[in-house]
Amino acid sequence: MKKVNTSDFAKQIRIESLKMVYSAKASHIGGALSMADILAVLYNEILSYDPANPNWSKRDRFLLSKGHACVSLYATLALKGFFPMDVLDTYAQNGSLLLSHSSHKIPGVEISAGSLGHVLSICCGLAYGAKIKNEPWRTFCLAGDGELNEGSMWEAIMFASHHKLEKLILIIDYNKIQAMGNTNDILNLEPLQLKFENFGWAVREINGHKIDELKNTFSQLPFEKGKPSAIIAHTIKGKGVDFMEDSLAWHYKNPNEEQFLNALNQIKQQ
Amino acid sequence: MRTAFIQQLIREARQNSKIFLLVGDLGYNVVDSFSSEFPSRYLNVGIAEQNMVGVAVGLAMEGFIPFIYSIANFPTMRCMEQIRNDVCYHDFNINIVSIGGGFSYGSLGASHQATEDIGMMRIIPNMTVCAPGDPTEAKWITHLAVESAHPFYIRLDKAGEAIAHSDQDFSKMKTGDILKVKEGTSIAVLSTGGMLKYSYDFISNNNIYCALYSFPFIKPVNKIQLKQIFEKFKMIITIEEHQSSGGLGSVVLEYLNDFIENDEIQNIPKIRRIAIPDKFYSISGSQNFLRENAGLILKKEFFNNG
Repeated sequence: MKKVNTSDFAKQIRIESLKMVYSAKASHIGGALSMADILAVLYNEILSYDPANPNWSKRDRFLLSKGHACVSLYATLALKGFFPMDVLDTYAQNGSLLLSHSSHKIPGVEISAGSLGHVLSICCGLAYGAKIKNEPWRTFCLAGDGELNEGSMWEAIMFASHHKLEKLILIIDYNKIQAMGNTNDILNLEPLQLKFENFGWAVREINGHKIDELKNTFSQLPFEKGKPSAIIAHTIKGKGVDFMEDSLAWHYKNPNEEQFLNALNQIKQQ
Repeated sequence: MRTAFIQQLIREARQNSKIFLLVGDLGYNVVDSFSSEFPSRYLNVGIAEQNMVGVAVGLAMEGFIPFIYSIANFPTMRCMEQIRNDVCYHDFNINIVSIGGGFSYGSLGASHQATEDIGMMRIIPNMTVCAPGDPTEAKWITHLAVESAHPFYIRLDKAGEAIAHSDQDFSKMKTGDILKVKEGTSIAVLSTGGMLKYSYDFISNNNIYCALYSFPFIKPVNKIQLKQIFEKFKMIITIEEHQSSGGLGSVVLEYLNDFIENDEIQNIPKIRRIAIPDKFYSISGSQNFLRENAGLILKKEFFNNG
């Protein structure tokens, strides 16, 4: 498969994500758009995988923890050939396997998610298993910022550094809006970088929408020998569509026809 | 019973390099024999049960067969959602072992009384639920848990229980089997978990002629065997160290109802359920004291019409 330009790939992910939520009248487009650039860089530049053999034993493991934002993962996987593009048309329709929270029944999706704060622990188990088997592959976990409210996240964060899981990478999609408002109004996460450092992680804070910065950061993994790596990716909820950006409402709303066409137009022109 | 479990797990681990034991900072003087022989397949994750289950899932995804060991409600209630979503929905061969079923740790208070665990575990799809009645049953259930490709919950009583089964060969035991301990003709006692020894001793010491069956499996249950029990006996007494909701008595009633509804049985036995009433107990006491206090006792009068 000819490799596409990563910026174009991110646009395609956004367009397919918008189509899905528009057709299905589904929620969570804001968080799907905020992580689109991260997915584009990972799947276009960083991860080792084989769409024809999703369970290839040497693949890098990518696990989405913020399962509600799954449309952009489904779009990414379809665009990369894990399953036919027309499967995306069934998203959230009666009888479809494309649930509105990421489903392991879909080729390329490692784990079903939905309840927040579960997946980093699973990634710890994967990374620990890989470590004792001396496997070369890495485990990437993409989590939301609101998830860091969950105590189970901090259990896993402690575990990862204690066991020196340096092939474990946690990316926080830090769009700063959770279900009922701003993250730091509901339960303050700051100083987040310091928290991770004090919990024994090597940390980078980056702009989660700059393709080159993402690529450059991922290419430096692991950031420090013997430590798990955390990437605090500062993002914008609804990134790429001006009326969705930084808006809590688009955690819930789905676009009407006019909004949908406007959104597609904006993304195509970027 | 926990000694039988850990010894069997060690035997299995010698044959099967995938077996991995995780503990939630519990198992002092119990798991040492495993951890010293298989240090790379043992992990104390700390007092963090939700993370323990997640780590087990990650290990299972990489082909390991994790056993999770903790006490009372910690490896079940504390991480119920992880068990449902991550273990059972994905149907991994992950085996959750809780030591201290019922009032085993009774004097430690309600937090350490595992009296709803069976009901909670049996309503989750893909989960096999076991409560061995003695060390022999615990041994074979441990073996079956390794062999099965699916999740198991294994509820153990504290160590030291005597063996109710004498010289029986369970090597052919299959998941769901009901084990006959004593013969009888009109009344049968159906016991699960640690009530087996008590029931056996009560029947023997009082020279009562009745059948005694052990239910090491709450789910699944061998339907053919259960139907034969329903057909054979006029009176059935279920006894368990668990809330009356959701445990063995519930299972028996549900099956009986379904057999009746489907016209699958001719005889409809009376069912007396001995289980913990719908309440908490806030007093200290030994396991036997708390069992009696909660009414988990057999009485001679139950058998008068046999």
